[in-house]
Amino acid sequence: MKKDLLAIADLTREEIYLILDTAEAMREIGLRPIKKVPTLRGKTIVNLFFEPSTRTRTSFEIAEKRLSADTLNIAVATSSVLKGETLVDTAMNIEAMAPDMIVLRHASSGACHLLARICKSRIINAGDGMHEHPTQALLDAFTIREHKKRIEGLKVAIVGDLLHSRVLRSNVQLLTRLGADVCLSGPPTMVPAGIERCGVRVLTSVDEAVVGADVIMMLRIQQERMQGAFFPSLREYFTVFGMTAERVRRAKPDVIIMHPGPMNRGVEIASDVADGPYSVILEQVANGVAVRMAVLYLLAGAPEMD
Amino acid sequence: MPVVMDAVRIAQTLTRIAHEIVERNRGIEELALVGIRTRGVPIAKRLAAAIGEIDGHEIPTGILDITLYRDDLMRHAVGPQPLVRRTEIPFSIDDKRILLVDDVLYTGRTIRAALDALIDFGRPKAIQLVVLVDRGHRELPIKADYVGKNLPTSLSQSVQVRLSEIDGRDEVEIQES
Repeated sequence: MKKDLLAIADLTREEIYLILDTAEAMREIGLRPIKKVPTLRGKTIVNLFFEPSTRTRTSFEIAEKRLSADTLNIAVATSSVLKGETLVDTAMNIEAMAPDMIVLRHASSGACHLLARICKSRIINAGDGMHEHPTQALLDAFTIREHKKRIEGLKVAIVGDLLHSRVLRSNVQLLTRLGADVCLSGPPTMVPAGIERCGVRVLTSVDEAVVGADVIMMLRIQQERMQGAFFPSLREYFTVFGMTAERVRRAKPDVIIMHPGPMNRGVEIASDVADGPYSVILEQVANGVAVRMAVLYLLAGAPEMD
Repeated sequence: MPVVMDAVRIAQTLTRIAHEIVERNRGIEELALVGIRTRGVPIAKRLAAAIGEIDGHEIPTGILDITLYRDDLMRHAVGPQPLVRRTEIPFSIDDKRILLVDDVLYTGRTIRAALDALIDFGRPKAIQLVVLVDRGHRELPIKADYVGKNLPTSLSQSVQVRLSEIDGRDEVEIQES
């Protein structure tokens, strides 16, 4: 493993499988009466979140605590960032207190790469702008593999706000690397230019994209990142691209429905689908802890920066 | 390199240990076996079968992976982390007599890690240690309750236990390194 986990491209195919297999072992720890192992005792991990997060931050913190690391959370709302401190200055000051790892979420794509170049601490990307969210893609792959026993050859439909989604970019990289057949669908205004070059197909019609799918992955409409009008109304969006029970019936009978959260019910996904029998959305959340434990454990042994 | 135990010897030894376990543990209902990955696992399963034949009881058997409890993790920051595999203890260890099973007893560090790992699962009434081979050179105050064979070795040697479930054949070999 490299020093940092910034993007799926940092990982070889073997390393991806190593993370997934290690996560299988880590999951068992969460089922014990004492949910803790001494592995990262004495390691300090800073969770530095410049964007709101419930799932990812909690998930990382639980993972860190289950491995006995000392953790602290810095949320931007309570930090000196509000006084005008730059990202680099904030990072260098945290770095001066010698943490072992920094888990970073930031609104700017590439923020993690910037810190990785200047910090001795290992950097884990917990979402950088519209770029990547590698641990989300890893936990998605873990969840898919658990249900389907494989990833190679599966038909995966990814539907929604493709443009603003870092979850999409990480998942496209990871799923195509592992040999899945990935098909994207979303409003033409929200298709990233040149995404086909990543080895995926793009279909405007959701109804066509989900035909025969083993996995349907929904993406959130990210209104906070939208600059401009990408579609006429949320209601129209739901009619044209929303995942309804009727659309789910076009997929394989054992399809699983995924969503990275937070969900906009009635916008990208109907409530009866989100809560329905095909939904594995809460399993994704549960698996996130095991996958992040695996990443923390494996990165802790990676070589340090020169 | 000398093979110090062959398949027949290993089978006889495990049968003998099974008898000793039954003899020393009246009230076999509260016994459970936990094998340490990797080669403690098939040994524990064979002992469970042998005890079952002697006594008629089915002894619950678990698998312990001690990787996350090793005392040498993170000491050498460079290099890949050891592979972690699943621990599977599908029963409560509270108030049980746990027979911890491993192939070779050497420094005692694996057993120290295993004791810590086990105690995170509950409070057993007692823990006893079963090993196929004791090769000496302890670095911690740990002693086995049941030993298949005491094997005096030098530090330059290594002891290789092979079991058919993993290695295709049963034998114990001493290698010069």
